[in-house]
Amino acid sequence: MRIVMTAVLTAVRPRFVWRISVPGLIAVCAICAVIATTMPHPAHAFSDEELRNVTEKLNVKSATKKIKAIDAMAADGDPRVAPILNAMLEGNLFVRDSDEHVVIGAKKGKVWSHIDIVSGEIVGESSSKELSKIKVNNRLRGALRDALAALNLFSKDIVVRTAAVEQVMDARDPSMLPLLDRAIEREEDPTLLARMELAQATMALAAGETPKQRMAAIDVLASETTPQIRAVLSQFVASAEAEGYEPEVIAAAKGALKSVEGRLSMWQTLGDVYRGISLGSVLLLAAVGLAITFGVMGVINMAHGEMIMIGAYTTFVVQQVFASIFPSGSPWSLMIAVPAAFVVAGLVGIVIERCVIRFLYGRPLETLLATWGVSLVLQQAIRSLFGATNQQVMAPDFMSGALELSNGLVLTYNRLWIILFSLIVVGGIAIVLRYTAFGLQMRAVTQNRRMAGSVGIRTGYVDALTFGLGSGIAGIAGVALSQISNVSPNLGQTYIIDSFMVVVFGGVGNLWGTVLGAFSLGIVNKFLEPVAGAVLAKIFVLIALILFIQKRPKGLFALKGRAVEA
Amino acid sequence: MSEAAEIKIEQAERKEARANTILYVDGVSVTFDGFRALNSLSFYVEPGELRAIIGPNGAGKTTMMDIITGKTRPDTGDVLFRSDVDLTKLDEAEIANLGIGRKFQKPTVFESHTVFDNLLLACSGGRGVFQALFHRLGNAEKLRIEQTLETIMLVDKRDETAANLSHGQKQWLEIGMLLMQEPELLLVDEPVAGMTDSETEQTAKLLRSIAIDRSVVVVEHDMEFVRDLDCKVTVLHEGSVLAEGRLDHVQKDPRVIEVYLGR
Amino acid sequence: MTDYRQKYQMTPVIGWLLRDRGGMILLSILIAASILIPVGNLIVPEGSALHVPTWMMSLLGKYLCYALLALSVDLIWGFCGILSLGHGAFFALGGYAMGMYLMRQIGDRGVYGNPELPDFMVFLNWTELPWYWFGFDMFWFAIVMAMFVPGLLAFVFGFLAFRSRVTGVYLSIITQAMTYALLLAFFRNDMGFGGNNGLTDFKDLLGFSLQSDSTRASLFVASAVMLGICYILARCITNSRLGKVLIAIRDAESRVRFTGYRVEYYKLFVFTVSAVMAGIAGSLYVPQVGIINPGEFAPALSIEIVIWVAVGGRGTLYGAVLGAFIVNYAKTFFTGVMPEFWLFFLGGLFIAVTLLLPKGVIGAVPAFGSPDRQSVLAGLRKRISNGRANQGGKA
Repeated sequence: MRIVMTAVLTAVRPRFVWRISVPGLIAVCAICAVIATTMPHPAHAFSDEELRNVTEKLNVKSATKKIKAIDAMAADGDPRVAPILNAMLEGNLFVRDSDEHVVIGAKKGKVWSHIDIVSGEIVGESSSKELSKIKVNNRLRGALRDALAALNLFSKDIVVRTAAVEQVMDARDPSMLPLLDRAIEREEDPTLLARMELAQATMALAAGETPKQRMAAIDVLASETTPQIRAVLSQFVASAEAEGYEPEVIAAAKGALKSVEGRLSMWQTLGDVYRGISLGSVLLLAAVGLAITFGVMGVINMAHGEMIMIGAYTTFVVQQVFASIFPSGSPWSLMIAVPAAFVVAGLVGIVIERCVIRFLYGRPLETLLATWGVSLVLQQAIRSLFGATNQQVMAPDFMSGALELSNGLVLTYNRLWIILFSLIVVGGIAIVLRYTAFGLQMRAVTQNRRMAGSVGIRTGYVDALTFGLGSGIAGIAGVALSQISNVSPNLGQTYIIDSFMVVVFGGVGNLWGTVLGAFSLGIVNKFLEPVAGAVLAKIFVLIALILFIQKRPKGLFALKGRAVEA
Repeated sequence: MSEAAEIKIEQAERKEARANTILYVDGVSVTFDGFRALNSLSFYVEPGELRAIIGPNGAGKTTMMDIITGKTRPDTGDVLFRSDVDLTKLDEAEIANLGIGRKFQKPTVFESHTVFDNLLLACSGGRGVFQALFHRLGNAEKLRIEQTLETIMLVDKRDETAANLSHGQKQWLEIGMLLMQEPELLLVDEPVAGMTDSETEQTAKLLRSIAIDRSVVVVEHDMEFVRDLDCKVTVLHEGSVLAEGRLDHVQKDPRVIEVYLGR
Repeated sequence: MTDYRQKYQMTPVIGWLLRDRGGMILLSILIAASILIPVGNLIVPEGSALHVPTWMMSLLGKYLCYALLALSVDLIWGFCGILSLGHGAFFALGGYAMGMYLMRQIGDRGVYGNPELPDFMVFLNWTELPWYWFGFDMFWFAIVMAMFVPGLLAFVFGFLAFRSRVTGVYLSIITQAMTYALLLAFFRNDMGFGGNNGLTDFKDLLGFSLQSDSTRASLFVASAVMLGICYILARCITNSRLGKVLIAIRDAESRVRFTGYRVEYYKLFVFTVSAVMAGIAGSLYVPQVGIINPGEFAPALSIEIVIWVAVGGRGTLYGAVLGAFIVNYAKTFFTGVMPEFWLFFLGGLFIAVTLLLPKGVIGAVPAFGSPDRQSVLAGLRKRISNGRANQGGKA
């Protein structure tokens, strides 16, 4: 196994970073030695003798004492400590039986080379028998990693330093405090400095001795908004009373905790709203085609989910075609997939309308059963064509990644795009229905078929096209949903019940009802999830919907009056 | 006169108006999505009266029927049966069991049942689930059904499925079903729509004979038919009463002429 | 017709049954099967041409349970127009009630050997039986619960839905939501019904081993007898005045209301009775297949039940039984021989039956079909024009 680790060998200035791999340790150590010798006056925190002494303290049985020794070694930020601790972490730190000296061992064939901890030179060779390993357990490994992280605070690489600050903050080990203080003195990057000061305050809270120090730490912490700080403060509040701290400190801590909690819960709420809107947009996409076929035409299309599935598979096929013919353009395949999915799903929809549904107008229950049959056939057809396994649909670059707000709210780009996309789709449908000749004819036919027929509208064509439109939109939804769900023959089944719930909840025949229904169901679901868990939340939403339909059988925005009751 | 006294007198007047009515509709309004279907509609029907209600499309005739039979709830106003039962608080089945029968505009009979069974189901008596489960056909019931079959001229169709009846026969069957309910008040919505002339004549005769011992309200478009009924006429327009009286009287009313012939 | 009525005035039930040709055939077959098949299995020696192998008897027993389930759906859909897409839920609840009894019967023979707790509870570190498992060590209690729990759910659900006049597809959609919610709930381990795996590894029923041929034969007979009893019961309901009201509700609900019937009570009654029958079917099914898991709640399965009824012929009761046998035999055949065609077949069946055979197989048989049968195409043409008219009227 090749383990890569980052060790930092730092003089005060300039700082160097190397990566050392275990097999090549000897070579690296040789370089260490060269550096050690070429640097005239390395500003070591420890003198050679001190380093040796402090390291020898690792040669004890007790893990607690070992941890004490590790902390002592790391405390001064001496760059030479890191390779030693690394070696210990890897199980390569030994005590030489002959003179009880601590050395780093490097295996070369059957022979172990002994490397001096201070100079980095090879100071001897032996078989493994003459070396006894300094044992590490999990607790020690944790301590070692924390100590190494602290040493990383002096890395030249800002990424390494940032990671180190986070690790130190998580460890919350007061013994790191002096190290952190020194790191703060040197830090130049303002953001990182702020993080370091926060980490300092976190530790100072626990380690601070005077009320003044504690108050200062609390002040720093109070302006933060992360669950981490909330944990720090609440722990402090809990222990402060037991420890008998000054009342004003306790009060300040409580106040700080409250303000942190307040802001956190606000962010939590915002996060829930966002996640709810995100789920709502998915529901909306899944349901909006149904709002046309069911809402406008009154056709219960149980194969609606399969139209979504067809859209998703069209996306997959378009992407495959792009990848084989025009590989450099594959990020754009999604742009082509949208119209392609609309056409394919729309055509399938028209075929279904002409071959099945038109014989069943006015008989919704039979339509339901026949279209369920269609859905089974389509599922099996896709399974036979593409296989039952999930297909991979790639996300284009602009859809991968995430917008990370502070305070832990992460907005992934694909979700943001889907929210935007769902709104565009709904807007497009609204425009088609309201402002085009086809929309006018469609509304005319659904309102009064006979009258529409007698003024020269070919009602059969309008039926077929309307159904095609609804199905095509489901296909478009499939393009978007292929980005977040598994593209498999069962894709449609996942969405069909939800889609019907949205349309029924929003009120049949009302596009805005569908929009509002989708978003409110999404948000309610996401608000319930933290309280009840995902599955229970879903069950609650279903039960609530069943009860809601009792109260308002025609949905949120029902049309009232005689016409709709007949 | 003091205000209280005025109110008292008004109440007394209203009570007097209500007394001796079988159906009392006062100030009923209902709105669907901003459309005012009924606008402070008021009229009353006396026991044993035959009343025709006419009006152009959208005058609120069917909505009025819906309100009386409990299908729609009014926004405001009173609907009283036998001058004391508040119909706005009851549902369809309760109102039907009180003795108000309704015939739909489109003939609605139980198509898969025989004519006999249609009448049997309408036969007054227990409406409970378990009463129905353990019900046995009695001779008295049978006799009544046979009589009704004669009244509605369907004796030879007795065992025919209702789906196989002609349009006019279905209308009669529906009227027959209403008779089996023994209602005090019958609401009949366009009974002669789609009927031949001879059928229309027979239907008018049928309704007049029914009206002898009960109140009947007929909603109709067909002026000839209304003339055949020979009764008091109420003209509805935009959800309220426009005119009331004998047919030749209301036909002379300039407002009625305007509504019917356009301005 | 009139003669019959007069003749059997005193014993109307027998009168109906004698006139019910399909029913007589069904009951005769059931009686014959419940004698001949156990004899063929237990007495006729193996190797004889007349020997009925145990697997076949179990399969037929399973079909009988499905037939009872189809009967329960036909009772509400065929006669009252209530299309329930959640009847699998009542079936599964009945099945779980029986499954709980069978779990308790395992006693300390489970993997963990705990005499009180089923294996999955021990696995979840539960220390005592949840309250709702009490009593299920008694057979009679499990049987009562297999009827009571589905009945209660149907009563509460129906009370809410019918009172607020949820009808047609809306009702279908919320029944589907109901079974979906139950599916999700029973998948949860916390529910205490074995989660994903459900209840299985049953050993005994009333002390008799479930593996023995005689137990299996008894279960087969029990299923056949129960189907017969429920058929007669359903026939009594549909032939009574109540049954006529139900058909009237199916054809013209508002007319029934204006005639003075409380439609919701009638629907509630028949819905509850139907759910109880489905529960009984489930409780007979589970010991024969040896497992019950949340998959039985899947909405897709509930829709499949409807197609059994539609294939056989809706509104005939015996048609539902026939349809359950036809479709399930086809399922056994296809999944065994060419599984990839099963969904094509089932899907095609849904489409073909609704388009071409609205009265099902029974309706196509001259002796049972309506006198004014017409060619399939003529029927379609008529349907189109009707459909148009209906839709025009509806808008």
